[in-house]
Amino acid sequence: MNFALPTSLGVEFDRVEKRYGGLRALRRLSLSIAPGEFVALFGPNGSGKTTLLRMAALLVQPTSGKVRHIGAENLSPVDVRRRIGLVAHKALVYDELSARENLSFFAKLYALDNAEERVGRVLGAVGLAHRAGDAAGTFSRGMRQRLAIARALISEPRLLLFDEPATGLDRQGREWLEQTLTGLHEAGATLIMSTHDDSVASLAGRSIWLRAGRLERDTAAADAPLERGVRQ
Amino acid sequence: MSLTRSTGAVLAKELKIELRTHDLTNTVLFFVLMVAGLFSFAFSPTVQESRRILPGLIWLAFFFAGTLMLQLCFVREQVNDTLAALRLAPIDPSAILFGKILANFLFLVVTEIVFVPIFSVFYNVNVWPVMGQLLLVLFLGTFGLSVVGTVFSAMTAQARMRELLLPLLLLPVLAPVLIAGVEATSELLGAHPGIGREWLSMLGGFDVIYVTATWLLSGFLVEE
Repeated sequence: MNFALPTSLGVEFDRVEKRYGGLRALRRLSLSIAPGEFVALFGPNGSGKTTLLRMAALLVQPTSGKVRHIGAENLSPVDVRRRIGLVAHKALVYDELSARENLSFFAKLYALDNAEERVGRVLGAVGLAHRAGDAAGTFSRGMRQRLAIARALISEPRLLLFDEPATGLDRQGREWLEQTLTGLHEAGATLIMSTHDDSVASLAGRSIWLRAGRLERDTAAADAPLERGVRQ
Repeated sequence: MSLTRSTGAVLAKELKIELRTHDLTNTVLFFVLMVAGLFSFAFSPTVQESRRILPGLIWLAFFFAGTLMLQLCFVREQVNDTLAALRLAPIDPSAILFGKILANFLFLVVTEIVFVPIFSVFYNVNVWPVMGQLLLVLFLGTFGLSVVGTVFSAMTAQARMRELLLPLLLLPVLAPVLIAGVEATSELLGAHPGIGREWLSMLGGFDVIYVTATWLLSGFLVEE
């Protein structure tokens, strides 16, 4: 797959804290991810991975501390959002609309040029061209994940956030995902991905472990032990 | 992207989904039909009685039907967390609310156009001579209901008791609109049909207040 992305975007968390009522999802976490990096996030359920990703996507505001997007110093929050793509736990698409209608709708919200041509190209890239006219609600889990990735890619974002992207994908789907992630990274995009999948995680150049909302470990991937016990 | 275009995109999406599912319109149509039929058969009112009770009944039916419908409009966005996708898009947050407000307004207006003649037949009150003015009053009131209802629907979408919470929140805020709507409708359906400028001004004035408040608070309203 060929992705032609403009300059990428990094993200810096400065003593970030997030509370949901009495629950502290993130505890004074400081972390900097440079533009163009490919980072894998690990940690047990409830360790704060999803909150961190949604905070990077500007969907969640920190209770205290600051989130800064590196390379976006002179941009408005709206322009920063334009450069961010998110693949979340849920597909973020409308079941009642077809794959093509979903992507066309989001292309319209992003005011993209040549929207229809771009929608067709992205649908082809994620292998959904043959189901473009079918309602997203009729898709299998794996196909929904492909559509979710297509939705995130439609605006050619510079910072891509993946929350368990391999969930629901079969072996062929995982291979496709690995190729996609590699292609995006080679095109210069910043990738931050939470995952429990060793094969997908091995593509990342840096591994970060979270536990109970705190940064537990931050290593270059080559130095990271791959034992599942450590990761989970 | 301009506010008008992004509002238009959200509105078009809402209409497309509703035309396929009929979730919201079916809810409203059956509820209003039930109210119109049940009260008519239960009381068999005379023409004079109908002229007295019909304004209140019409507004009661459309208010509660609207409440039922409005509860669903943001719940729909939670199924696949599509609200997050909308919030992530580089658009003015008010476009999300205004697109939904216009869609809800259109759904209710269609219901009113269908049901006002049905109310007229069931209660033996001739509304044709004042149909234009009656629809104007209903549309102004319905717009207020759509604005406030959509805003509160966004605020209560994640609440556990949202079915109870929404009407409880709506009633006090919409009281001026409901009072003005019922009074204006009573004047129109009275023995000497006419309409006081003060009621129309009140309906229009509150619509402007609601829209302005929604626009000012939209960023906060669609936050996490």
